[in-house]
Amino acid sequence: MVFDNETKLWLSGNEAIALGAWEAGITLASGYPGTPSTEIMGHFGQYDGVYAEWAPNEKVGLEVAIGASFAGSRALATMKHVGLNVAADPLFTAAYTGVRGGLVVLTADDPEMHSSQNEQDNRNYAFAAKLPMLEPSDPAEAKEMIGRAISLSEELDTPVMFRITTRIAHVKGVVEKGSRGEVPTPGIERMPAKLVMLPGNARVRRRAVEKRMAAAAELAETLPENRIEAGRGSRGFIAAGTSYNYVKEAFPEAPVLKLGMVWPLPEKMIRSFAESVEELVIVEELDPFLELHIRAMGIDCHGEDIIPNQGELNSHIVKTAVEPDSAPELFEPLELPMRPPNMCAGCPHRGLFYGLSKMKDVFVSGDIGCYTLGFLPPLSAMDACVCMGASISMAHGMSKALGKEGEGKLVAVLGDSTFMHSGMTGLLNTVYNKSSATTIILDNRITAMTGHQQNPASGKTISGEPASAIDFEQLCTALGVPRVVVINPHDIDETRRVLKEEINSPDPSVIISRAPCILLPEEVRRKKPTYYTNLDNCTGCTACVQMGCPAVSWHPITPEEAVERGYREKQRGYAEITEVQCNGCGQCAAVCKFDAITRREEQ
Amino acid sequence: MKQSGNILFSGVGGQGILLASELTAHAQLAGGYDVKKSEVHGMAQRGGSVEAHLRYGERVYSPLIDPGSADILVAFEILEAVRYLPYLHKDSAVVVNTQKILPPAVALGKATYPEDILSELTSRKINVVPLDAFAIAEEVGELRTVNVAMVGAMSNFLAVDPQVFLDVIDRAVKKPFREVNKQAFEAGRAAVYA
Repeated sequence: MVFDNETKLWLSGNEAIALGAWEAGITLASGYPGTPSTEIMGHFGQYDGVYAEWAPNEKVGLEVAIGASFAGSRALATMKHVGLNVAADPLFTAAYTGVRGGLVVLTADDPEMHSSQNEQDNRNYAFAAKLPMLEPSDPAEAKEMIGRAISLSEELDTPVMFRITTRIAHVKGVVEKGSRGEVPTPGIERMPAKLVMLPGNARVRRRAVEKRMAAAAELAETLPENRIEAGRGSRGFIAAGTSYNYVKEAFPEAPVLKLGMVWPLPEKMIRSFAESVEELVIVEELDPFLELHIRAMGIDCHGEDIIPNQGELNSHIVKTAVEPDSAPELFEPLELPMRPPNMCAGCPHRGLFYGLSKMKDVFVSGDIGCYTLGFLPPLSAMDACVCMGASISMAHGMSKALGKEGEGKLVAVLGDSTFMHSGMTGLLNTVYNKSSATTIILDNRITAMTGHQQNPASGKTISGEPASAIDFEQLCTALGVPRVVVINPHDIDETRRVLKEEINSPDPSVIISRAPCILLPEEVRRKKPTYYTNLDNCTGCTACVQMGCPAVSWHPITPEEAVERGYREKQRGYAEITEVQCNGCGQCAAVCKFDAITRREEQ
Repeated sequence: MKQSGNILFSGVGGQGILLASELTAHAQLAGGYDVKKSEVHGMAQRGGSVEAHLRYGERVYSPLIDPGSADILVAFEILEAVRYLPYLHKDSAVVVNTQKILPPAVALGKATYPEDILSELTSRKINVVPLDAFAIAEEVGELRTVNVAMVGAMSNFLAVDPQVFLDVIDRAVKKPFREVNKQAFEAGRAAVYA
């Protein structure tokens, strides 16, 4: 944008990674959206001479990238940390086959769980899958390191893992522009002994893995990304990723061993650094990964004993963990009403969850997306949420466990993109193994939570080209679901009627709750008339307030004010719509029994 | 001229904090500083509390502002100013938009919006600059310029020529909205000492 000039760019880590991938001659990238990794794919797809796509899930995305590598192209798979659990199957065996074109597997971890259901530390995957892993500290390094990952991948014949965290992905910094290097020409080459992993071949490749990891460990000793920064004082630090930044801010004078390659570790370098200092402190977010493997070398150090193993770090935490007496005096935080995220005004999911909130006996097995916010009060209409696609299988499991007791009480709720990610197989199981649980697909025509990515149901590819859009009705019918009903969740009464009917049905059924995300550009453009409150008619019943729409607020009043306003003396307050926030869905008007909410017709 | 500094932006998802922090970052880059900025995307954006950390100096490592070290807090909502009290120090300047956006518990009638909450800052001798940025935006005729009016007010606390900000707006904002955003910047800047 503004600052950008001939040699320098102002980029987020994700933008820098996309640029680095292009410069490194990567021509194919596939992945599934997931915070904080999402933006890489969109940015990468904008470069010339590349192909980018959204896959239905991370396993598919990684397999696509493996295929491109087998064809001799350089490839990138992107995902958030939990996405790697889905892609773990191909990952562990691609470690055996190795690559033809360089292959980078990027995992974006989310310490502090800004937008995730757990804070797993995916460095453990590098150890478990026997793969080299690089970890940059900022956007500038991230861009350069993608190039390193590709060259290591081809030199060592291995996929290379690339770990970032939220504070790399969504940090902006100054990045040096480079140029695009060599781009290999793909072509078919048969090498079955290397690429067909059945036991006889896999045993041979298993030995190749050990040889390669030994070579990687040797290489790590001289890799420029692993470096000792000399300093003053008897206390030295080992750090990688954004933790390195916090060490540099908290202890600018101290000697630091900065690791750009976090697996395998440069043992000789670590030993000589440890011997050069009296006290060694390992600073890392989440698991004591470096610490564990450094201790296994027989080296004594501080780590988890003083540095928190949960949440994000910052330089203040690092400083006070190492030197507790240095803690500055801070203003104490005040007790204030929290401001958690909420479903948007006009969100179609609200109508559906409103209906579910009225069914007190029903257990709602939830899933991952914007709609997980249906858990929050006042709707409080979600009872479980574990991982992508789990809603359907968990509801089935509960149905089998509960038997008769569960009849008419079990419902799974998941979004369109989540259903295609990993819900379809669960639904197949529900039908095949005969349970009565109801599945609700919240079809808002887009992958909303991560910022509106296209998906196989949206009818467009990542670049906006028209594509086949899956027909959920036909798909569910083909899976054997005997009852498939489509509803408009903005229609409150009809939604409640269908919910009751389908949940009580002894057969498996699918309700497709279909209405586009209110934030879709085409929805924003055709802005609907807003609604306003006829304050004279409001009785303070709070029916509209109980929907939890951010455009509706409750105003408490005293008995005197009530009388003044012409209300009954007992009326405790009134509800009012903030019209600039209203998106015109009309759900509140549908629940108002006193004609106090009116649609403002276009002038 | 200050050699380094930390500017914290806070508010509610959808208020335009990212653009405000982006304009400020570009202005500091134009001044020759190294800059890092940290944002949070994803779930937190759905109407929740949102923050952006901007740090500038000769060489910036950490993208995060430490507690007790925000030199300027640009708060787009009153509660979201006071929520960041632990990030402030005695010499911090707080530019706060006097708009109130009710948190869900308040909108539901389960909690109250604390009254005279800014006194929690002023009573600690923190320099608070209240600004009706919404009124400024209304006056220039484009409600979506609240964020740029806030940047204008904040710019009084930076040793950056205001022309640098105007140049940044020229290049960063789409043509139909350029002039109105520049007006919002100027009005925000003037409002602080008015």
